[in-house]
Amino acid sequence: MEALDIARWQFGITTVYHFLMVPLTIGLGLVVALLQTLWLRTGKAEYLRMTKFWGKLFLINFILGVATGIVQEFQFGLAWSEYSRFVGDVFGAPLAMEALLAFFLESTFLGLWIFGWKKLPAKIHLACLWIAVLGSVVSAYFILVANSWMQHPVGVEMVNGHPQMVDAWAVFTNNTALVAFPHTLFGALAVAGGFLLGISWYHLWKRRQLGIDTVDEKKKVVVGESDQHPGRDKTDHKVWLRGLRIGAVVAMLAFAGTAISGDMQGKLMFQQQPMKMAAAEAACQNGTSFSVLSFGDVGSTNCGDVVAVIEIPGLLSFLAHGDFTTDVKGVNSLIPEYKAKYGTTLPDNPIYGDRAGQPIQYVPVMAVTYWGFRMMIGFGGLAALAALVALFMARKGTVPSSKWLMRLAVFGILAPFGANSAGWIFTELGRQPFVVAPNPQFDGIDPVFMFTAAAVSPGVSAGELIFSLVSFTTVYAVLLVVEVVLLVKYIRGGVLSAMPELAAKDDSQEDPEKPKKDDDDVLAFAY
Amino acid sequence: MDFLPTLWFVLIAVLWTGYLFLEGFDLGVGMLMKLFARNNTDRRVLLNTVGPVWDGNEVWLITAIGATFAAFPHWYAALLSSLYLPMILVLLGLIFRAVGFEYRGKVDSARWRTAWDWAIFLGSAVSAFGVGTALALTSTGLPLDANGDRVGGAFAWLNGYALLGGAAVVLFCLVHALAFLALKTDGEVRNRARRLFARCLPLGVLPMLAWALLIQLNGGKAFGWLCLAVAVLAVPAAVLAARRTREGWSFLFTGIFLLASISGIFLNLYPRVLPSTLSESFDLTVQNASSSPYTLGLMSIIACFGVPLVLAYQGWTYWVFRKRISSKQIPGQVQSA
Ligand code: HDD
Ligand code: HEM
Ligand code: HEM
Repeated sequence: MEALDIARWQFGITTVYHFLMVPLTIGLGLVVALLQTLWLRTGKAEYLRMTKFWGKLFLINFILGVATGIVQEFQFGLAWSEYSRFVGDVFGAPLAMEALLAFFLESTFLGLWIFGWKKLPAKIHLACLWIAVLGSVVSAYFILVANSWMQHPVGVEMVNGHPQMVDAWAVFTNNTALVAFPHTLFGALAVAGGFLLGISWYHLWKRRQLGIDTVDEKKKVVVGESDQHPGRDKTDHKVWLRGLRIGAVVAMLAFAGTAISGDMQGKLMFQQQPMKMAAAEAACQNGTSFSVLSFGDVGSTNCGDVVAVIEIPGLLSFLAHGDFTTDVKGVNSLIPEYKAKYGTTLPDNPIYGDRAGQPIQYVPVMAVTYWGFRMMIGFGGLAALAALVALFMARKGTVPSSKWLMRLAVFGILAPFGANSAGWIFTELGRQPFVVAPNPQFDGIDPVFMFTAAAVSPGVSAGELIFSLVSFTTVYAVLLVVEVVLLVKYIRGGVLSAMPELAAKDDSQEDPEKPKKDDDDVLAFAY
Repeated sequence: MDFLPTLWFVLIAVLWTGYLFLEGFDLGVGMLMKLFARNNTDRRVLLNTVGPVWDGNEVWLITAIGATFAAFPHWYAALLSSLYLPMILVLLGLIFRAVGFEYRGKVDSARWRTAWDWAIFLGSAVSAFGVGTALALTSTGLPLDANGDRVGGAFAWLNGYALLGGAAVVLFCLVHALAFLALKTDGEVRNRARRLFARCLPLGVLPMLAWALLIQLNGGKAFGWLCLAVAVLAVPAAVLAARRTREGWSFLFTGIFLLASISGIFLNLYPRVLPSTLSESFDLTVQNASSSPYTLGLMSIIACFGVPLVLAYQGWTYWVFRKRISSKQIPGQVQSA
C-alpha cells in the first residue's frame, strides 16, 4: 500500500473511534448535569442515585475520549504535513481556540466535579459540572468550524498559493458549521437517549426477574422491595423507570432535531458539494426522485451499473430545493463540470509525488455515500421509533418480562452510535477526492481547494505509517474491550456499584446543601 | 518589526514551560508509582495528589501544539512529521497513562491494579522522554530540506541531543514530583519524599543543565548566561529549603530552575523556531514559518482573554485541593458488583 492510503486508513480509524466516545460524552454529560440539577432542586433520593450511577458511566467513557482526542490534535502534523502547511493560516485557529477555550474548561472543571463532592458547596459543585459539559459543547463547535471549512472554505483569499484568513467572522459563522453543530449535538443526544433507555430497561427487567416487582391483573406494576438484594428498594424502581422515560423522550426529540437540521444540511450540500449529494443518491442522471433502494454495483463509480428499484418521485427535489419539480443534477452531468473547473489529471507539482499526472476520480465511492446516508437516517429513525414503543410498553410502570425484548433494548443502544459513525463516514468520504472541497462561489479567480493526494506528509515513509496504524488499531481495540467490560460491570452492579454506601445506610438523609468539613473525611471518588 | 510572530514565539515557550512545570510533576508521580511507592495505599496517596488536576495539566500540551499549528503551521508540520516515531510513542504513552489513572481503581483485583501501575509508569516515562527529545531537537535542529520535510529516513533525528533531552525531562520530572509529593502529602510519604528529593536533586537536574549549557556554548546570547546562573543557583536553594522542611520553597525553586533553563534554551533559539541541520537557509524562523498577521492578531485577542481566565480557574482548583493527603483519607477499596 502507498503511504497516502495508509495515512487515510489511519485517520479514518482513529477519528471514527474518537467519535464513538464523543457523542456519549456530550449527550450523557448534559443528562447527568440535568439530573444533578433536579436533585438539588427537589432533594429526592432517586435523582442523587441517578446522578451517581450515570455519572460513573460518563467518567468511564470520558477518559477514552480524552485519550483518543490527544491523538487527533497531533495527527494533522504527523501524517498530513502538506495539508497543515496549506490550511494552517485558517484551520489552526479554531483548533487552538478549542484547546484554550474548551478543553481547559472541560478537564479542569470535571476534575473539580469528580473530587469536589462534599468539598465544594452543592451549588458550586453543580456549576462545575455544567461548566465542564458546556466546555464539551463549545469544543464541538470549534472543531466543527474547522471541519466545515474543509467542506466549504470561506473567509479567505489566496496569497502565494495558500489561503489566508481575511474574514474571521465568515469562518466562524460558516453556514456549513452552523447547521452541522446542532446536527451533531442532536446526534449526541440520540446516543445518550438510547443509552439511558436500554440500560434502564435492563434493570426494570432484572427487578421483575428477581421477583421484586410484579404486575397486577391490570398489568400495572406492584413495586416491591427485597432484603436479599441490597439497593433494590422502592427508590431503585423510580431510578430506572424515570431513566427509561427520560431516555425515550430524549431519543425522540433528538431524532426530530437531527431530521430538521439534517434537512438544512442537505439543502446546503446540494449547493456546496453537489457531487457528494449526487453520489449519496447514486443518482446518475438528472432527476427529481429519491431512491429508497437501488440495486447493481453501487460500489462502482460507473453510473451504468446502478438501477433504482424503489423511488419516491419528487422527494429528491424537495430535499435539495424545497419543491417537487426542479431537476437535481446527477453524476453524469457533474463530472464534465468538475473536470472543466479543476482539471482532469493531478497537476505536475512535486507535492503529488508519484501521483502527479494521474487522472482524477471525481465520483466518491458510491456504496459508502449511498449506504452511509441511509444507515445514518435509518438507524436514527429506528432508535426513535423504538423509543416510542418503549414508552408505550412501560406506561404501566414496568417492562414486559420477556428476555428477548430486554436484549433488543440493550442492543438498540448501538443504533445511534451506528448512525453517528455512518454520518461522518458519509460526510468525509463523500468529500473525496478533495481534502478541502472547492467552494463553488470562488469560481474563476483562485479557487480554494486541495486534493487529498497532495495532503500527506512527504517525508514520512510507508513503514512508519504502518507501524503507527498497527499500534493505534491494536491499542484502541484492546481499550475498547476494556471499556466495554468495565461499563458492563458497572451497569450490572446498578446504583450500588456507584454508591456502595447504599448497602450500609439510607441515602435519603443526605442533605445537598451542606458540605462536610471534616479534615479526615475520606476523599470522594478517590482513585 | 515582527512583533506578532515574536509574541507567539514567547507564548508558545510559556506554554511549554507551563506544561513541563505542571505535567512535570504528574508525569513524575506516574513514574514514582513504581519507583517510590511501597504498597497499594502509597500508590493511591500518590494518585490522589494529582487526581483532580492531571487532565487540566495535560491540556497545556494540547494547547502548545494547537497554538503552534495556528501561529506557526510550518513549525507544526515539520516538527511532528520529522519526529514521527517518537511522537507516536508519546501519544501511546499518554493514552495508557490517562486510561490507567481512571481505570486502575475500577476493579478490585491485585493483578488488574499491577497491570495499570505498569501502564501508568511506562506511559509516563515514555511520554516524558519523547517530549524531552522533541524539545531538545527543536533547540538543536532537524535534518530538514527546503520544504521543511525530513531527509534521511525514519531515524534521521536520532542523536546525542535527542537522548540528552529525553533524559533531562525524565529526571527533572522525577525530582519535581518528589518536591510536589513532599508538599502535597503528609506522614511517612511526605518525609520520605522530602529526604529523597534533597538527595537526588543535584543528580536529577544534571542533564537539563548540560543541555542548557551546550546550547549556550554554541553561540548563546549574553542573557542566556544569566538564565543559566539562575538555574544553577536554584538547585542548592531547593535542597536547603527541603532540609529545613520548607516544602513550598523547595517546590518553588525547582520551578525556578525549570523556568530559567527553558527560558535560556528558547532565548537562544530565537528568531529561529526550528533550525535545519542541513543548511541555515532552510531554518524555520518566526518570519518564514508563521501565519498571516491577521490570524496572529485574531489569536492574540483570544489569548488575551483566554490565558488569564485559564490561569485563574486552574489556580482556583489548586486552592480547592490544597490540603495535604495522607493514608488516612484513602477509603477502603470499595467494591461491589
Ligand atoms: C463534535 C464533537 C467532536 C469532534 C468532531 C471531535 N472531537 Fe475531540 N473531543 C470532543 C468533541 C469532538 C469532546 C466531547 O469535547 C471530547 C471527548 C471527550 C473529552 O474529553 O472531550 C474530545 C476530546 C478531545 C481531546 C482531549 C481533550 C482533553 O484532554 O480534555 C482532543 C485533543 C481532541 N478531542 C481533539 C480533536 C480533534 C483534533 C478532532 C478532529 C479531528 C476532534 N477532536 C474531533
Ligand atoms: C469525529 C468525527 C469525524 C469522523 C468520524 C471522521 C471520519 C473521517 C474518515 C472516515 C476519513 C477518511 C476519509 C477517506 O480516507 O476517504 C476522514 C478523513 C479526514 N478528516 Fe474526518 N472525520 C471526523 C471529523 C473530522 C474533523 C472534525 C476534522 C477536522 C477538524 C476532520 C478532518 C479530516 C482530515 C484532514 C482527513 C484526512 C484526509 C482524507 O483522507 O480525506 N475530520 N475523516
Ligand atoms: C432525517 C434525518 C437526517 C438527515 C436528513 C440527515 C442529514 C445529514 C446530512 C445531509 C449530512 C451531511 C452533511 C455534510 O456532509 O455536509 C449529515 C451528516 C451527519 N449526520 Fe445526519 N441526518 C439525519 C439523521 C441523523 C441521525 C439520527 C444522526 C445520529 C444519531 C446523524 C448524525 C450525523 C453525523 C454525526 C454527521 C456528520 C457530521 C456533520 O456533518 O454534521 N444524522 N446528516
